[in-house]
Amino acid sequence: MYTQALNQPETGPNAAEDAARLARFEARIDAEERIEPNDWMPEAYRRTLIRQISQHAHSEIVGMLPEGNWITRAPSLRRKAALLAKVQDEGGHGLYLYAAAETLGVTREELVAQLLSGRAKYSSIFNYPTLTWADIGAIGWLVDGAAIMNQIPLCRTSYGPYARAMIRICKEESFHQRQGYEIMLTLCRGTPEQKAMAQDALDRWWWPALMMFGPPDSESAHTAQSMRWKIKRFTNDELRQQFVDATVPQGHYLGLTFPDPELRFDPATGHWRFGAIDWEEFRRVLAGDGPCNRERLETRRRAHDEGAWVREAALAHAAKRRARAAAQKIAAE
Amino acid sequence: MTETPMPLWEVFIRARTGLAHRHVGSVHAADAEMALQAARDTYTRRGEGLSIWVVPSAAITASDPADKDMLFEPTASKPYRHPTFYTVPDEVGHM
Repeated sequence: MYTQALNQPETGPNAAEDAARLARFEARIDAEERIEPNDWMPEAYRRTLIRQISQHAHSEIVGMLPEGNWITRAPSLRRKAALLAKVQDEGGHGLYLYAAAETLGVTREELVAQLLSGRAKYSSIFNYPTLTWADIGAIGWLVDGAAIMNQIPLCRTSYGPYARAMIRICKEESFHQRQGYEIMLTLCRGTPEQKAMAQDALDRWWWPALMMFGPPDSESAHTAQSMRWKIKRFTNDELRQQFVDATVPQGHYLGLTFPDPELRFDPATGHWRFGAIDWEEFRRVLAGDGPCNRERLETRRRAHDEGAWVREAALAHAAKRRARAAAQKIAAE
Repeated sequence: MTETPMPLWEVFIRARTGLAHRHVGSVHAADAEMALQAARDTYTRRGEGLSIWVVPSAAITASDPADKDMLFEPTASKPYRHPTFYTVPDEVGHM
């Protein structure tokens, strides 16, 4: 669900590419053709995609943790079943995306190692804690809502396997947002304490949700090249504005207020204008200093280490069965 | 962290009776049986299929995109393989 434009600086030499092949590649992009795994592509296109798709995959995997925190404490069986299904979807989305990244020549083991060592980034939003049940509502409504805004244009991204993964993901995502909004609606129609819980969740998740779209266009080094190659279809600021315009009326319907004194409707443009985002906080959380960064990575590392014997045993079992089948075949001949 | 890589499998799903199996993605698994189970969990959470095939990715031989012209261009110069190449008088009716 959770792509985020993190705009990591591009490293490595800008190798002199074969000009003719580059021209052919760009002509295909301009003609809205999809690029497939074995097609020639510029190294920078490959690197950008590996970075973006794997960050997106890592975000899905880490994104299971804040919500998983409430599975055992969901207030009813209906809510628990929905939350379980949602968290399972996030795991599935991570797997579709890892598979898409692998078609670019990176292995699953490398990708997982990058996440666990802290070298790879994931969406900053998952470094915030889920303190109350209302946070599960706010995540579905706001975080999945922001993710959908980001992801729908990615269904038309120029790299075929990424676009196909995004189509599957978007189909499954809409349930996530609706179940979150339904939780918020139920709380807002409940007791004053329940409504206060919903308001508190909105107050804490609103700004981090806006940060999910990544740094402002003026500071976004890769936007121009990514737009040129149709990896991205809209800029960070365009998507952020779309999200605000769609979400503010939904919040007002709930009878909630947004934690932004500058938020106002601009009738001239038809857009909701919002106050300044604290980019210092965004950079801090991304650099590893958010409320839950250490806990999230720690949990992933523990799960990986504790599952090592299962992976080993499965491979050993498969090898033993292969050897036995081969021996029987020889005996039969 | 040097781990033995988990083998890769391509997943094909038949969505409804009468349709062909269609490629939907891939999974990593130690053997065919686990690949089937992983494919079921990953690709059929909403009734997407009635049947799954898993094939070791290494067993697939694919054409090279660079050979596209050599392989497929000759068909463009053979319009006589299409029914519209032949003229049949209107009086004969539909054929």
